[in-house]
Amino acid sequence: MEFPAGLKYTKDHEWAKVDGNRITVGITAFAVEQLGDITLVNIDVKVGDELTAGKAFGTIESVKTLSDLFAPVSGKVVEVNKDLDGKPELVNEDPYGKAWMIVIETSDPNAAAQLLDEKSYAEHVQASSH
Amino acid sequence: MVPFAGWEMPIQYTGIVDEHQAVRTAAGIFDVSHMGELELRGEHAAAVVDYLVTNDASKLVDGQAMYTCACNEKGTILDDLIVYRAAQDRWLVVCNASNREKMVAHFAKAAKDHCEFFDRSDETALVALQGPKAFDVLDKAGGDAAKLRELKSFHFRDAVICNVRCTVARTGYTGEDGVEIFCPWNDAPALWDQLLELGAPLGLKPAGLGARDTLRLEARLSLYGNDIDETTNPIEAGLGWVVKLDKASPFIGKEALAAIKAAPLPRKLVGFEVTGRGIARHGYPLRDMDGKEVGVCTSGGPGPTVGKNIGLGYLPAEMTAVGTKFLVDCRGKNVEAVVVKTPFYKRS
Repeated sequence: MEFPAGLKYTKDHEWAKVDGNRITVGITAFAVEQLGDITLVNIDVKVGDELTAGKAFGTIESVKTLSDLFAPVSGKVVEVNKDLDGKPELVNEDPYGKAWMIVIETSDPNAAAQLLDEKSYAEHVQASSH
Repeated sequence: MVPFAGWEMPIQYTGIVDEHQAVRTAAGIFDVSHMGELELRGEHAAAVVDYLVTNDASKLVDGQAMYTCACNEKGTILDDLIVYRAAQDRWLVVCNASNREKMVAHFAKAAKDHCEFFDRSDETALVALQGPKAFDVLDKAGGDAAKLRELKSFHFRDAVICNVRCTVARTGYTGEDGVEIFCPWNDAPALWDQLLELGAPLGLKPAGLGARDTLRLEARLSLYGNDIDETTNPIEAGLGWVVKLDKASPFIGKEALAAIKAAPLPRKLVGFEVTGRGIARHGYPLRDMDGKEVGVCTSGGPGPTVGKNIGLGYLPAEMTAVGTKFLVDCRGKNVEAVVVKTPFYKRS
């Protein structure tokens, strides 16, 4: 399973790509594998909304279950991926690319510092799948 | 793997949707050995079975099976079962794994002093082979397996498949044609492996609990513990067709069921499509268009073949007409849904 280097990760299985103060968010290949076939992505926030780290910004549903999507960092939503509305299967096909979910603009330059790197995340996955 | 009624069960092998499509278009093989198998033997076995079930078991001939409910005195559902008449004095009853202890006690109590009773669950494996290519797979399985095409629906007989002695029934829980194969538990791995090897070129895939659930939901087959349980009766659950009040034998729950049938039903189990953005799940409240809670979703999820998000739920009788709109409370979000005709999927 692939956890690209350079991304940051949360224990709830989101990834965060840090680009200056803009942080792009999606879910990891491990989350996708656990969920199975994704059938619905509901992003409950809109551009301009303020998000708090650890709070849900939407839900993702697969054939078998439903899971919350959590904000990895606090900040303002500046982009929402509308493509997922009609094409939830993108999450299965390209979790780190086309299936990005939201972009958060943060005012805290260290916002992503608490997040896991790919190595710590891989260890977390290892520990939680046993 | 997930724990299920004391068993470790596979939710999926290659993916729920992939397995679901394999069963609809080719074939799938399911390990459903967790189901309970109860055997009754003796001169009065037929009478004991007929006393415990709501359907008319006296109508069965040797080698024939029927779907039925077993109710309590209140007329609510203890379990849904398939009863098999091997002979007038030899019956097999298949119950849900989650109800095995309860049904073993129930049957053992009724059988006491009347007939012999055996819980065969631990020694019996059950493999379901389902889908339009199921019989093409059996054609390759040697012995007299090819002749199984001649079995009529809800009939069964002994056969040898892949050199394994088994009992084969033309039944299933997927909405597709196919068979369910009983064999001794220690022969099951060989049977499974050989069928899978023979069937793979035809598109046969192993299928897990996840696909079993989406397949049975599209076919509107009830799931015990979801759609029916000891708080529901067969009439409101749409299973009135397995309640034979006029059968010759008395049976447990008859008086209560007669009273339920005579009065207007307060609620009914209906099928629905979620027309808004949402997926209904077991336990979600159902609301009328004013937002008032009026019922509950008992099963729900995406229907991979019907291509819609579907569900079953109890609604007040006046809201059960096809086309009636209501709301599914998806964790605080009210999503519009509409009552539709069931089954959602019927094989052509």
